[in-house]
Amino acid sequence: MKLNRLLIGAAAAAAIALAGATQAEPVKVGMITTLSGGGAGLGVDTRDGFLLALKNAGEAGQAVELVIEDDQQKPDVAVQIADKMIQSEQVDVLTGIVWSNLAMAVVPAAVAQGKFYLSTNAAPSQLAGAGCDPKYFSVSYQNDNLHEAAGAHATEAGIGKVFIMAPNYPAGHDSLAGFKRYYKGALAGEIHTQVGQTDYAAEIAQIRASDADAVFFFLPGGMGIAFMKQYAESGVGKPVIGPGFSFSQDVLPAVGDAALGVRNTAQWSKDLENEANRAFVETFQAEYGRLPSLYAAQAYDTANLLLSAAAKADPGDADAFRAALAQADFPSVRGKFRFGPNQHPIQDYYVREVVKEGEVLTNRIIGPAMTDHGDAYAGQCKM
Amino acid sequence: MLLAEQALNGLQYGMMLFLMAAGLTLVFGVMGLINLAHGALYMTGAFACAAVAAASGSFWLGLAASLVAAAAAGALVEMAVIRRLYARDHLDQVLATFALILVFSEGTRWLFGSFPLYLTLPPALSGAVMLPGGLHYPLFRLVIIGFGAAVALGLWWLIARTRLGIRIRAGEADREMIGALGVDIARLYTIVFALGAALAGLAGALVGTIQSVQVGMGEPVLILAFVVVVIGGIGSIKGAFIGALLVGMTDTLGKALLPGLLSRAWDAAGANSLGASLASVLIYVLMAVVLILRPQGLFGAQGAER
Repeated sequence: MKLNRLLIGAAAAAAIALAGATQAEPVKVGMITTLSGGGAGLGVDTRDGFLLALKNAGEAGQAVELVIEDDQQKPDVAVQIADKMIQSEQVDVLTGIVWSNLAMAVVPAAVAQGKFYLSTNAAPSQLAGAGCDPKYFSVSYQNDNLHEAAGAHATEAGIGKVFIMAPNYPAGHDSLAGFKRYYKGALAGEIHTQVGQTDYAAEIAQIRASDADAVFFFLPGGMGIAFMKQYAESGVGKPVIGPGFSFSQDVLPAVGDAALGVRNTAQWSKDLENEANRAFVETFQAEYGRLPSLYAAQAYDTANLLLSAAAKADPGDADAFRAALAQADFPSVRGKFRFGPNQHPIQDYYVREVVKEGEVLTNRIIGPAMTDHGDAYAGQCKM
Repeated sequence: MLLAEQALNGLQYGMMLFLMAAGLTLVFGVMGLINLAHGALYMTGAFACAAVAAASGSFWLGLAASLVAAAAAGALVEMAVIRRLYARDHLDQVLATFALILVFSEGTRWLFGSFPLYLTLPPALSGAVMLPGGLHYPLFRLVIIGFGAAVALGLWWLIARTRLGIRIRAGEADREMIGALGVDIARLYTIVFALGAALAGLAGALVGTIQSVQVGMGEPVLILAFVVVVIGGIGSIKGAFIGALLVGMTDTLGKALLPGLLSRAWDAAGANSLGASLASVLIYVLMAVVLILRPQGLFGAQGAER
């Protein structure tokens, strides 16, 4: 069993204890994220974004003591780590899970044991609706959101017929449901692919044979890279739209020029004009020598939200801490950010386009997709 | 037209599986070794190809590098680790080669980082070509079919017509006896293992070009390769070839046709979801049927001791 552990701020905490400082106990945070295997790129960006926020906060960053462990993208491993963090490390807050199936395995049990969970990415519909919880906050989005924005964009752009495709698992179903909720045109076809599938020849043949005007797909990580390359080779040539995940900074270099000009939707982009975002993008590049992805931006915001709440209340006082979190009183890299009644974001979504800056592929905002958008499940949340 | 394209896709997928399964079945048949690390060698080939192609600008150099790197890694692993496992039982082999997967994965991550690598086609091989009958088909997929056919022929020639092939066949039949007859068994095993590794590396490089080059890319293919080996019969190259084509065709045509067939009985969304689920178990159903009818696999030796 390999354990990727980091104790950040432990030394600082010890120094404070020695000096007999009167500062409050640091908030103990357990980060469970994917640091090995095929999905590691997403977890590495989550970790790095979070650590960067703590570093940029200077002194104030010491209010958080962070323990990081690798879930290997396996639900059973994530559950084991969560149990250990809650029982023996006695963390106050859990965070960091990338994948929805892992979040479903960990979050309900964690909040039932009185721990806070701040999601840096995964936000399945079950936890936004009937399964919402006062101790669960999604700082990223609700799973359907980026796809809803893509649907709204397709309607706006007047695309008559769209072929839609996503993996056959909960987040994939959320994706297609989200797209269809805001897309008013007709569907030329709908395919559920296998999770982890890497060959899309059969699907591309069906797209070629269909009368679609455009293709919408949600294939995170390596699946999207494989699809885009094969699609470009096939010469089908119908325009492609997708959620920001499929064209996030972590996969763009591997997709290559096949992604150029593709429209995708997200709540963040590196060229968003605001002070917090400029500082984030600049320090991320300086610290890690690469451009930040969506996942890094979400984790950066999560850490800053946590710091803002820790400055106002102690997690021991759950009601006060929850109220402090709900205010979302932090400078988000997304510009404006607030929580809805189910503690999921109400925020703007943008249409981005993949462009080349010098030799580097990245995204640029070309317009708004949805403004002050919440989610479809808030009404079912009773708390 | 759609059916013809899907059949070509199935053929291409089968050829890719054959490249992977050929090495696996050789090692399995000759040495009686269950090598879970075969997928790691596949990944090694893909990363070597991506790294060399990026540094030199030549895809062909990268392809050559994938063969060399995977063969070298295979030979090294055989001499350092695998050699100590032949006399052990299968459980020890599985444990040790599983450990190798972890070592290779984390080693690759150290060297190349966690993010997928970029590997793309030379312009001469990219794009689609018009086939007789007006079908547009990606050129590179045809190239993969060509590579698979060439490797199949090459292996047949090697096994059936060369001295090394005679020794490999003899090693499969009775390893003590050929040792007693003065063949250097240790060297033969290293060569076979390196050959299998080189084939896996080649498959990794070819597939990495149209899919993604990333840590952990080998394991999903490894499972399918084992299915192919079991269907074809352990140790049989011919079995691996037929098995790979069967699995490739079943998987591709199942994915393409099932949702359409089911939509006659169910509503579209349900048929899509159910069709996708059924298509993904189809190859395992195929495996089960083959094993019920012929427990030793299609071309497995009758009454094999394993």
